[in-house]
Amino acid sequence: MKGTNMLTDSDLQAIGLTVRLAGVVTMILLLFGTPIAWWLARAKTSWKGPIGAVVALPLVLPPSVLGFYLLLAMGPHGPVGHLTRTLGIEPLPFTFRGLVLASAFYSLPFMVQPLQTAFEAVGDRPLEVAATLRASPLDAFFTVAAPLAAPGFLTASILTFAHTIGEFGVVLMIGGNLPGVTRVASVQIYDHVEALEYTQAHRLSAVMLIFSFLTLLALYAWRPNPKNGG
Amino acid sequence: MAAIDAHFRRDWPGFSLDVDLHLPGRGVTALFGHSGSGKSTLLRCIAGLERAPQGRLAVDSEVWQDAGRWVPTHRRPIGYVFQEASLFAHLSVMGNLRYGMKRVSDAQLVSLDHAIELLGLGHLLDRKPDRLSGGERQRVAIGRALLTQPKLLLMDEPLSALDRGAKAEILPFIEKLRDHFALPIIYISHDLAEVERLADHVVLIDQGRVVGAGPLADVQSDPASPLARSREAAVSLRGVVEAIDATFGLIAVAVAGGRLLAPAPAASVGEARRVHILASAVSLAREKPGRSSILNVLPARVVAMNPLDAVEVVAAVALGEDGEGARLLARMTRKSWEELGLAPGQNVYAQVKSVSLDAGRAEGAKN
Repeated sequence: MKGTNMLTDSDLQAIGLTVRLAGVVTMILLLFGTPIAWWLARAKTSWKGPIGAVVALPLVLPPSVLGFYLLLAMGPHGPVGHLTRTLGIEPLPFTFRGLVLASAFYSLPFMVQPLQTAFEAVGDRPLEVAATLRASPLDAFFTVAAPLAAPGFLTASILTFAHTIGEFGVVLMIGGNLPGVTRVASVQIYDHVEALEYTQAHRLSAVMLIFSFLTLLALYAWRPNPKNGG
Repeated sequence: MAAIDAHFRRDWPGFSLDVDLHLPGRGVTALFGHSGSGKSTLLRCIAGLERAPQGRLAVDSEVWQDAGRWVPTHRRPIGYVFQEASLFAHLSVMGNLRYGMKRVSDAQLVSLDHAIELLGLGHLLDRKPDRLSGGERQRVAIGRALLTQPKLLLMDEPLSALDRGAKAEILPFIEKLRDHFALPIIYISHDLAEVERLADHVVLIDQGRVVGAGPLADVQSDPASPLARSREAAVSLRGVVEAIDATFGLIAVAVAGGRLLAPAPAASVGEARRVHILASAVSLAREKPGRSSILNVLPARVVAMNPLDAVEVVAAVALGEDGEGARLLARMTRKSWEELGLAPGQNVYAQVKSVSLDAGRAEGAKN
């Protein structure tokens, strides 16, 4: 069914799915990206370089390459596939959960890098002060480092969310094109174009364009106060 | 009595720290030395912010570090005041003060209200650190450290980042800490005037080694100590006000082995005061001088001498004919020293051209 002057139901479904995916991925990466960023910002070992490079890989790797390896890993002969079979869970490819996992890898640098920069800007001193004021390292992280790095958390979350909204290649490799399950907005646009439904493609593309612009506008227009005091 | 036993050894590229210290667990101990001498590293080792692998540290007979034991910084009952106040920018003054306080069980040393009053912070409590002056920030940092109820207060050049006015504003607060709390303080400084004003005990540090340690007056009056080589070399003596001469605006202060007249705007008999005498203000005579404009001429005995350079020497004399009293330094030319035929053991007269007194405070409770 084609709407005459608005988005179709399947367009709306795709947008809803996209937002859900981006939201879940952002949450997951806040949870897992934060300790990685913290470690990269504070560690003084030679492992820092290699781990940092691995985290940054999705920035330069074609999404299809990442998607291909993830598909192999999640497939029946891959390690993740073994794990899901052992645990008695449905295999991950062509599921929403599989899409979440793949997107989390793909968007990892967008969470980790801004956080790492923010943690590095906090520096050692506030944490040393916190330690002399009886705060354990974990306590100091939540009461000193995290509040001081708050602008970094906001930037990282916005970038991760926006970047996940915009992904296409990894989704296609892992999720395929199942309406309501894995068909996100970018795939939907592709479908419209394939089917020569240019009007629909225009509308959905405009929505994506406006969303992306507004997100970046918010990010660039909003500047935290320069850090001072202390 | 509490005491601090510290032994640290660690090599860094281009620098090594190797100290073995026994510090009194009371009063102010100044760690004095040039920048880069290792004073801050030593203090950081005591705080547990730096770890010297071969180290041993016991405070008040509690072991904080040895081969098998390491107490992390947040479990050491210390207060630490950094050179820059390092207040938490996301918290108000009150939030900063309460940060450490919330994490200790009870206020044995000082209550929140007392700290606010002592440091004059009442009107600043709601402000963010970026709305404070340098001196105000450092006062908050001192209050924040005190409120963790420390058993040992470590201060790393707390005044050096401040301008003269702010320094003058903070010094009296540090003197109050010293005089009102039974809290040992280790205080880092490279400013001799600060050390003379605050310290009871001095440790001289150079290139990661201890080059002298002892009670302030002992270290100051040793002609071989690096302090005696300084242009501003002086001794700080404990004295008690014996009499007041209102006609001339002078007071008589008794020090061990002698009595000094000094100008003093305000004093009361029996009060304890710290007396400063510069080495350059003391000259020696073999015979008792005749009438002179110099008020203070005291019998003394030469104890030791050390040449400063080809021209000058510095000598230590002990007041009293028996040479048992307080020690002064006297700087003179080598020519004078030789022409007068001076030598250790000789009785002389010390002429003191000027004596200055500290601002005045109760020191009676100490030593």
